Amino acid sequence: MKKPQDILTAPHEELEAIQLEGIKKTVIKCYENVPFYHKLYDEAGFDPYAIESLDDLAKAPFTTKQDLRDNYPFKMFAVPQEDVREIHMSSGTTGIATVGGYTEHDLDIWGDCFARGVWYADGGPKDVMHVCYGYGLFTGGLGAHYGGVKAGCTTIPMSAGNTERQIRVLREMGSTILCCTPSYAMYLADTAIAMGLDPKKDFHLRVGIHGAEAFSDNFRAELEKKLGYKVLDVYGLTETMGPGVAIECMEQNGLHLAEDHFYAEIIDPKTGEVLPEGEWGELVLTTIDREATPVVRYRTRDITRIIPGECACGRTHRRIDRLHGRTDDMLIIRGVNVFPSQIEDVMKTFPQVSSWYQIELTRRNHLDVVTLKVEPNPDFDFDEVRAIEQLQRDISDRLKSALSVGLRVRIVEPKSIPRSEGKAVRVIDSRGDDQ
Amino acid sequence: MIKQVTVFLENTKGRLAALTRALADANVNMEALTIAETSDYGLVRIICDKPVEAVAALDGAGFRAITTEVIAVVVPNRPGGLADLLEKLDALDLNIEYGYCFSAKAGEAVDVLKVSDPTRAVKAIEDAGFELAK
Ligand SMILES: [Zn+2]
Repeated sequence: MKKPQDILTAPHEELEAIQLEGIKKTVIKCYENVPFYHKLYDEAGFDPYAIESLDDLAKAPFTTKQDLRDNYPFKMFAVPQEDVREIHMSSGTTGIATVGGYTEHDLDIWGDCFARGVWYADGGPKDVMHVCYGYGLFTGGLGAHYGGVKAGCTTIPMSAGNTERQIRVLREMGSTILCCTPSYAMYLADTAIAMGLDPKKDFHLRVGIHGAEAFSDNFRAELEKKLGYKVLDVYGLTETMGPGVAIECMEQNGLHLAEDHFYAEIIDPKTGEVLPEGEWGELVLTTIDREATPVVRYRTRDITRIIPGECACGRTHRRIDRLHGRTDDMLIIRGVNVFPSQIEDVMKTFPQVSSWYQIELTRRNHLDVVTLKVEPNPDFDFDEVRAIEQLQRDISDRLKSALSVGLRVRIVEPKSIPRSEGKAVRVIDSRGDDQ
Repeated sequence: MIKQVTVFLENTKGRLAALTRALADANVNMEALTIAETSDYGLVRIICDKPVEAVAALDGAGFRAITTEVIAVVVPNRPGGLADLLEKLDALDLNIEYGYCFSAKAGEAVDVLKVSDPTRAVKAIEDAGFELAK
């Protein structure tokens, strides 16, 4: 009997055939049903009926987040409202939110894509999935939920917040799969430990599917040690669906794209040129069979690359690398581009400090001042002022050679950097108010 | 050698009060407390009756505290008492990282020292006829 997992090991040519067929239909559907695309293609002189190969897609103009905002709320929809079953919105931290619509078919695909994370972990009906992403307009909660149900897991819709109750349920209901942001997983682990529990023994977790924010390898190792499970990174965005666009397999060596539903290109964010496989750049996604809100060549602003070669797990869907930040997370400090992930890479070479950090950007006398706050680990012997100053200097020196920009490093009290229950606040930019 | 409690403290309002309250709640009796201060943070060094319990209590109250082995020497409370001691250590080329004094009882002062080579320092101090506090 044919299983939904079969597509994960289909020959890549078969996936490419699905992609070409789907892209042709999507581009035409967008042109005929979405006034934005009609105008865009006419003005760019792009013929939506002339796609003959996957490479032809590179002739189509990009879609940006601003385009989605400009068409708020329903002007990007390619189906009538009566076919739309659900709406999600990305948080509008920088203005108007972007809206994603889902038909029954779209919801089914979403569940299928997220369920792959469970399948990669050889999971299914024997698993209990604890979902504490926020439920609501944010795609994390319901995306994971649909995936859990699709994979046959007993799915617990905890949503975010009420940490003590989360911990009680984790203990008492024997959850084996945890879905939430990585920072919240760490918060749960730390809270449980502070309550005198040992999550490795008192919980029954074997896999965590964590996404919606970037986390370092060091952070992953710390989580795995505290919770005694394996962490899989999940990628997705409301503009193309939600979590599940790509998920790591147990090899933990890149995230398998759901290539039967999304077509990925990596471009140079400055020139828009498509880059060869293996090179780092901005991820651009085209939906292959999305009905309600299809997008063509959507610029995600996420920096990654396609990992060349095949995965040891035997699945044929190509992998994207773990994100190297976002084009809009990129900090420009005294004219130098800095990705927070570069800072994390340096920090993890210092066992004396934990993985929690915060970057404070201020401006003094028209000069950017960057302060990196880090927390000491319990085994760091800070008895002498000299030891603290030496450590601050060492971290600062290593950052300077890695980033070519000077940062002031400050050791701060443990737990003084806020642990959010949602996304971690890594950067505080108050350069607007010059001091 | 005695155990000193060292606490890493940010220079924010009320932290020192919270620290001493946490120790009081744990029924810890302090004999000495000094603060080494920088513009961003301070290191609070405490001599108390129950250092291990003190660290556990501070840990539980959200502070980062450690114990450190230091030398505590009883010196006569008279002019030149400390000078005599330090000259002995100096002659041995022992580096003093930091030190502070407190009066335990009348007529005597206790001098707390963090020294680069504590084993040698202890021997030198005893050989010189000073009494080590326990
Ligand atoms: Zn794999």
